[in-house]
Amino acid sequence: MSSILDIRDLKKVYEGGFEALKGVTLSIEEGEILALLGPNGAGKTTLISTICGITTASSGSVLVGGHDIETEFRAARSLIGLVPQEINLEPFETVLNTVRFSRGLFGKKRDDALIEKILRQLSLWDKRKSRTMELSGGMKRRVLIAKALAHEPRVLFLDEPTAGVDVELRKDMWETVADLKADGVTIILTTHYIEEAEAIADRVGVINGGQLLLVEDKESLMQRLGQKQLRIELQEPVKSLPDALMNGTDLSLSDDGLSVTYTYDTQAERTGIAALMADMSSAGLILRDLQTQQSSLEDIFVGLVQEGQS
Amino acid sequence: MNWAAVKAIYVYEMARFFRTLAQSFISPVISTSLYFVVFGAAIGSRIQEVEGVSYGAFIVPGLIMLTVITQGISNASFGIYFPKFIGTIYELLSAPVSFLEIVIGYVGAAATKSLFIGIVILITAGFFVDLSIAHPIAMLSFLVLTCISFALMGFIIGIWAKSFEQLQLVPLLIVTPLVFLGGSFYSISMLPPFWQTVTLFNPVVYLISGFRWAFFGLADVPIFYSLFAIAGFMGLCLFAIAWIFRTGWRIRS
Ligand SMILES: Nc1ncnc2c1ncn2[C@@H]1O[C@H](COP(=O)(O)OP(=O)(O)OP(=O)(O)O)[C@@H](O)[C@H]1O
Ligand SMILES: [Mg+2]
Repeated sequence: MSSILDIRDLKKVYEGGFEALKGVTLSIEEGEILALLGPNGAGKTTLISTICGITTASSGSVLVGGHDIETEFRAARSLIGLVPQEINLEPFETVLNTVRFSRGLFGKKRDDALIEKILRQLSLWDKRKSRTMELSGGMKRRVLIAKALAHEPRVLFLDEPTAGVDVELRKDMWETVADLKADGVTIILTTHYIEEAEAIADRVGVINGGQLLLVEDKESLMQRLGQKQLRIELQEPVKSLPDALMNGTDLSLSDDGLSVTYTYDTQAERTGIAALMADMSSAGLILRDLQTQQSSLEDIFVGLVQEGQS
Repeated sequence: MNWAAVKAIYVYEMARFFRTLAQSFISPVISTSLYFVVFGAAIGSRIQEVEGVSYGAFIVPGLIMLTVITQGISNASFGIYFPKFIGTIYELLSAPVSFLEIVIGYVGAAATKSLFIGIVILITAGFFVDLSIAHPIAMLSFLVLTCISFALMGFIIGIWAKSFEQLQLVPLLIVTPLVFLGGSFYSISMLPPFWQTVTLFNPVVYLISGFRWAFFGLADVPIFYSLFAIAGFMGLCLFAIAWIFRTGWRIRS
């Protein structure tokens, strides 16, 4: 009931016959922040464009706040704010005018106090009389955000909001996103930066080749992330691990009997590595080499993407 | 209807026009004055009168039409092509506005601009020749209808165009010749019979003839034909726009 965005089996075939979305189903709760990760050409922008009305869906349905994006496009689109990936601004127009225009387009009454608040929040107030072509790239991106916020959307799409933005500004942007969330705005953002998803998202979705490969709470993803693997190579192959080693620890032996993998939680107080080593040598196993490996979101991501391709 | 959005588009477009007010007016005023100097003085000294009207006055309705038609097309086609070109069209497409509202906003603004310019030319012409207007209401109606119709046509061209060259192509290759050959500077009756027949296939002839009738009470073709021509042309444009609107042709991928 509380899902504000409901996407069902959404498909998009572009005119040339290219299938950019191959049946995406996703539902987003009101007030959450969803980060969509995916390599170039995954279909992130296509997904957003289809929801927002810039491209038409080939099949499937999308409900925004319970309103169908085709049959009730006015009600659906009134709820949506979009910050596109490309910086599209009319070069000769002033910041203030272009932001006001956005509000007008959505049929809202002129509200100078609100516009001032938004521009101040995005540190654009001093630039309100500048023409957009006189702004830096980061400022232009913030103008796009101001335009999207000018009509008080309930759902905000940010298509790579921090691409080409410096570290300082990126932190500011994250703060802005947090403020919006505090106001109850639902936010869907795409990004190539895994740290970004980690920093601000409630849930993370991974998309590739037009398919949603995973949508998971960030917390549970992070738990998977917190795990580290220790690979111990043995001098001599063994058929099985001595029972003394198997007291509840997460150990596994490779098929050739030459390596043992130990999975442990980096966040835990004791990793148990020292004890394991002692146990192994007292069991008579001779170690040849050690390796540790951390599964990062990046690994999960790359793994998923490769799986999808094979 | 989301009239607030229509107003937002209209005001935004008109603001662009007023920002470049001087340019918007100076060029039509100068070119009209040139027409008067060249045609009025050079040709006018030989022709003197056409059907009882001084040549200088005779060319005024045609001149206004010429300008209003070209301005209407270029304003409207540029108005919608520009957002397509720089990408700001995303905002129109994702806003809760229907295509009809977009058309009213853009075409309304473009038609208003060309109407302004048409009136400025009329006033400029008043400095060169004695003008009397036989049917002022008909004159104004013709002018407004022409402004709207050709702004509609311009809108279609702007949607169709994929490059600036294409944007210029239709006005340059089709509209300007039709307008020049449409009896702006002469009466159809002055042509040899064969060319008179050919000319009757030029829709602009009917517009100029009707508009001239509103000024001087004389026309090349019956006034109802003129009304019919402008209404038909407008209907055609509206039909094309309705189709674009349904299919999302060249706007939504
Ligand atoms: N208008 C279009 N016509 C045809 N194909 C298109 C069109 N727009 C996008 N595509 C194709 O659809 C696929 C998905 O593109 P999309 O822009 O959605 O990717 P993305 O995930 O946003 O990538 P990026 O991270 O580079 O922004 C790509 O293969 C792209 O070439
Ligand atoms: Mg993209």
